[in-house]
Amino acid sequence: MAHPLQWLSLVLYAASFACYARILYAPHQWLGRLGTLLLAGAIAAHYFALLERSRLTHTVPYDDLYGSMSLFAWLLGVTYLGLELLHRQRGVGAVITALLVAWMVGLEIFAPGSGSPRPLASGALFAFHVTLNTWAYAAFALSFVLSLVYLVQDALLRSRRLGAAFWRFPPLDLLEGMARGGVWVGLAALCCGVTIGFVWEHRLSGGFAWADPKVVITLGILGVYAAYLVLSRRSGWRGSRAALVCALNFLVVLFSYTVVNLYMTQFHRFF
Amino acid sequence: MPTVTNSKIQVALIGCSHHTAPVELRERVSFTQQQALNAAAELRRRGILEEAVVLSTCNRSELYGVTVSTGGVVTEAMEGFLTDFHRIPRTELDGKLYRRMGQDAVRHLYRVTAGLDSMMLGEAEILGQVKSAYGQALDHGATGPVLNRVFQGALEVGKRVRAETEVGTRPMSVAFAGVKLAERVFGNLKGHRALIVGAGGVAEQVVEHLRNRGIGNLHVVNRSFERGAELAGRMNAEAIDWGSLERVLSMPDIIVTSVSGTEAVLTRTMLERAIDERKGRPVFVVDLGVPRNVAPEAAALYNLYLYNIDDLGQIVEQNKKAREAEIPRAEAIVSEHLAKFESWRAALEAGSIVDDLRKHFHTQREQLLREHLACGNDLSLEERERMARFSEDLINRVLDQPAERMRTGRGMRGRLGAVEALRHIFGLDEPRDEGQE
Repeated sequence: MAHPLQWLSLVLYAASFACYARILYAPHQWLGRLGTLLLAGAIAAHYFALLERSRLTHTVPYDDLYGSMSLFAWLLGVTYLGLELLHRQRGVGAVITALLVAWMVGLEIFAPGSGSPRPLASGALFAFHVTLNTWAYAAFALSFVLSLVYLVQDALLRSRRLGAAFWRFPPLDLLEGMARGGVWVGLAALCCGVTIGFVWEHRLSGGFAWADPKVVITLGILGVYAAYLVLSRRSGWRGSRAALVCALNFLVVLFSYTVVNLYMTQFHRFF
Repeated sequence: MPTVTNSKIQVALIGCSHHTAPVELRERVSFTQQQALNAAAELRRRGILEEAVVLSTCNRSELYGVTVSTGGVVTEAMEGFLTDFHRIPRTELDGKLYRRMGQDAVRHLYRVTAGLDSMMLGEAEILGQVKSAYGQALDHGATGPVLNRVFQGALEVGKRVRAETEVGTRPMSVAFAGVKLAERVFGNLKGHRALIVGAGGVAEQVVEHLRNRGIGNLHVVNRSFERGAELAGRMNAEAIDWGSLERVLSMPDIIVTSVSGTEAVLTRTMLERAIDERKGRPVFVVDLGVPRNVAPEAAALYNLYLYNIDDLGQIVEQNKKAREAEIPRAEAIVSEHLAKFESWRAALEAGSIVDDLRKHFHTQREQLLREHLACGNDLSLEERERMARFSEDLINRVLDQPAERMRTGRGMRGRLGAVEALRHIFGLDEPRDEGQE
């Protein structure tokens, strides 16, 4: 059973979605600001929900699948809010908050249980390792959504079928910039997270588990996103092809976050 | 400043617009900025209006005012003033002028400011024109509490309609549609470059829109260098000779072509080479030429967005329909603000009606006292004074409760209805003799 603060955050995410969706239909300055405020409120409530969960379980909030997914949603919200404030662009707010609401609802339905704490999974380094990696996945998720919006907008522009939403979503240039920004955040977080993970593991066991599928796929993720950043600046790739690469890269992240985490890895398993 | 708080407030309007008068007549009844101010001052000086604003644009000339007279009289006087001011025989304006009073006048102004009465639905310029006309009248003391309220409300309506509906958002001309589409690719045009191929009329419109949207760098290339240089000079752009067209093609992010000729000016090969030189950065091409200036097969090039005049025409048509579909939402905003104004007017009227009633009762009381005292000579002075005091107290007591209810009662609409009913019941609407007061 989720903490009341978790429910509160879900309600606030939904309210924020309603505001963002409304401004897609009919722009309204104060409604847009209200959407941002509600999102900020949802993130704050979500933060305290995670904190409360840590206090209750006497461990990190991402100790199990539920906590990990909840942290993912929180970091996705934080990263989006940062990008929205940086670019002063609310055009994709409806899409991101819809994803957050769906994620939070899915969380309650499909991952309500809590796993048993593992004695080794503790300490500040471990906390940083997991938080940074989750943040990286959240930033990649954001870039994925932005790239999808880019592809749809590009297709509409080419087909000349311009509906109301076409005029409301951000311009292609900005979408590309925001997606690239998300990937930079994700790559930086992942690099730090992986490095900290290696240090933590070395302190713990004196070696590195190179053969662990999670390690292999994480290094693969670093590689494909680095390739995206290079390609997105190259002739013949920038634009919709780069957006497609970014979107496809996220499938690798999804594979890592679900199949690898749940079934393939030994010590990155959440339950 | 004249006050209107002690009488029934009426907003009056007379005017003509593209709906009612041809341009030949509209230009004869238009006002320059100075004339508008003089006319507003004169309307007040002659006592026709207590507050006045003259709105004059290329599509309409309208006189707005506040009066305490009845509708027909004041609009008649305003019409007389308009014909005198412009020295136009009254018969020439027969059937060309519209007259509105009260709510209808306010609603008309709100609709005008929202762009709902414009020749091009939702056009943006009218909001600035209303703002300017009101601002000047305000600066010269021609407005008062009522017109200030009316015009501030109108400006709010104009802003809300443009912000909350699609009435004014989507481009309605081919030239503007091209520029707006370019913004969908590049966002802010400030740091971007545009190349105009040809110096025709439509190209000039595009240049103007690009300049208004803050394009960073603008070049014009034309077969006749002189003509291109002339357009470039007017638009603060740089002219390039025709022979350099292919060489400079990799430079712009936006290319607009409007050249007469039977063969394509820009071929697929030329554009492919330009994109390569640009390292794949996108190019937005607007082809306004008929026959087309850009080879149609260039549309398949990666990161090249090509729109010809038919594509843009279709978008304009879609946008027109989208704007029309938004009219009910815009009208709802107009009605919402009209209700707000009526509430405010009701509050103002509620104060004045009690004063009017008090005056009315006192007049009746004095008349009654005079009649009774004239035939009751046997009353002592003390009794007469007591009778006068009693009648005065009676009036005050009778009016205390309605005054309180008018001031604090709920529902402005209901209060306004009550005010109108009281005016009607006690005959306060009817013109009174000066002597009676």
